[in-house]
Amino acid sequence: MFTAIKKGRLVSGLVAVSAVVALAGCASSDPLDTTSTSGSSDAASGPIVIGSQAYYSNEIIAEIYAQALEANDIEVTRQFNIGQRDAYLPALESGEVQLFPEYTGNLLQYYEPDTTAKTSDDVYAALAGALPEGLEVLDQSPATDQDSYNVTKEFSEANGVTSLADLSKVTTPLTLGGNSELQTRPYGPDGLKSTYDVTVGFTPIEDSGGPLTIQALKDNTVQLVNIYSADPNIKTSGLVTLADPKGLFLASNVVPLINTDAATPEVTEVINKVSAALTAEDLVDLNSQSVNDQESADTIAKNWLDKVNLF
Amino acid sequence: MNLFVEGFAWIFDPANYSGGQGWIVRLLEQLAYTFGATAIALLIAVPLGYLVGHTGRGRDLAVSFSGGFRALPSLGVLILLGLGLGIGFKAPLLTFVIIAIPPILAGAYAGFEAVDRKTIDAARAVGMTEWQVVTRVEIPLGLPLLIGGIRSSLLQVVATATLAAYVSGGALGVFIFDAFATRNYPEALGASILVTALALVLEGIFALLQKLVVPRGVVAKELKDVRQRSSRPLAAAGVPAQEGK
Repeated sequence: MFTAIKKGRLVSGLVAVSAVVALAGCASSDPLDTTSTSGSSDAASGPIVIGSQAYYSNEIIAEIYAQALEANDIEVTRQFNIGQRDAYLPALESGEVQLFPEYTGNLLQYYEPDTTAKTSDDVYAALAGALPEGLEVLDQSPATDQDSYNVTKEFSEANGVTSLADLSKVTTPLTLGGNSELQTRPYGPDGLKSTYDVTVGFTPIEDSGGPLTIQALKDNTVQLVNIYSADPNIKTSGLVTLADPKGLFLASNVVPLINTDAATPEVTEVINKVSAALTAEDLVDLNSQSVNDQESADTIAKNWLDKVNLF
Repeated sequence: MNLFVEGFAWIFDPANYSGGQGWIVRLLEQLAYTFGATAIALLIAVPLGYLVGHTGRGRDLAVSFSGGFRALPSLGVLILLGLGLGIGFKAPLLTFVIIAIPPILAGAYAGFEAVDRKTIDAARAVGMTEWQVVTRVEIPLGLPLLIGGIRSSLLQVVATATLAAYVSGGALGVFIFDAFATRNYPEALGASILVTALALVLEGIFALLQKLVVPRGVVAKELKDVRQRSSRPLAAAGVPAQEGK
């Protein structure tokens, strides 16, 4: 019986050791490195591959691109819900994915974390220079989806706060809620201090301005939360978005990111028309149809294209 | 450089382990969730499991309950409770209690059930009261299986407690969530190594404990007539029959 136990231990020991070795093997290379470039970079011949983040709003825009191209007899393949930039940007560079709805500010920050550009036009200009070989952006859209600080209507009225500059007058302690990375972002607590002389505490809530964040705001556990400006919950929950007169936040307009090989004149023309027509109000409205009416991206995109009647 | 090495380098950097935001504090929070949730689950599940195991009543309910609750998605439960209880430590703690109950409940009633009916009949025959049957026969003989259940609860909670950070509840998940958002993979790996190490240490301690709690008489008996076992597995062996060891 004892030998049996010993054998068992030996086996589990071996399993553990080989697991560690296997892990170490994986870890020696970048886990996100894509070694295979299965996608063809010969874009002009095949259908154009459109990707999207795993973010419902981004998927709607991607679906709009897809349907707009289809309406102009350009074949497309949909590769939606890819996730983080780490995963999809290499795929765009290699040509596995060719067209992707992006956001100017966040994308610029990815390539140039220390960028000083703030306004919409500056960011767009800086972005063109920051992109790696093989990628380019088409015209940016007036629609924005960027970080914004929000308070409840009660808080806004009780303290007379409508702008970030007004926060310095508030005497009660303030706590900011948002994803944990906000703590180290340039527009996080440190940025509030240096730009507006507002001191805030920080509470990490990891649902990206979702229901938990809004609940914490209503419970007054936090007084200030970071929510994307195109989130329809800002309106439905009766929140007040604070103005940013000194440009704490990086402007982030919707922009199509495209693999150069796929940027044929036809594609460029169609997508630029779409970008020009998509306004900030439209984007909030599209998001609202998804969040509040539970419509599919397919339907929402189709309705919007019918409405603007571009093609 | 090798990412694995960077992960360990992250762990041993004093800037990362000291202070209120360091991993030592977060590790203690992880342990507090683990033991706190398991302790509360023990208070609920053990009496219930013993009742089911001793009387045999409600067995079907207990089996389906402990089976069904294991399938609950932890993050979904956490968010749902977080919406009701607000952010902080309460929602995660309650979520982990819910996760910890099924294995303990199963361990408690299975421990009682695995006791050989002949042994219980013998206990009654020598004049033991029901209470004595429970405390002197069923509890000691069922202990190895209960400890097995506790062991699996602890393991599950210690691994899941990383989710607490999602609702601002602290623990080691703080680093993992932060690391993925800021693309700091050594940090993510370092924190994951800590969680893994914690789980392995707890597992080791409880594996040992599970061996130690087998009553001495039972061990002696088992060693002697190992070949003459009846078709019913002897509870005494301390081997969780259902875990197929």
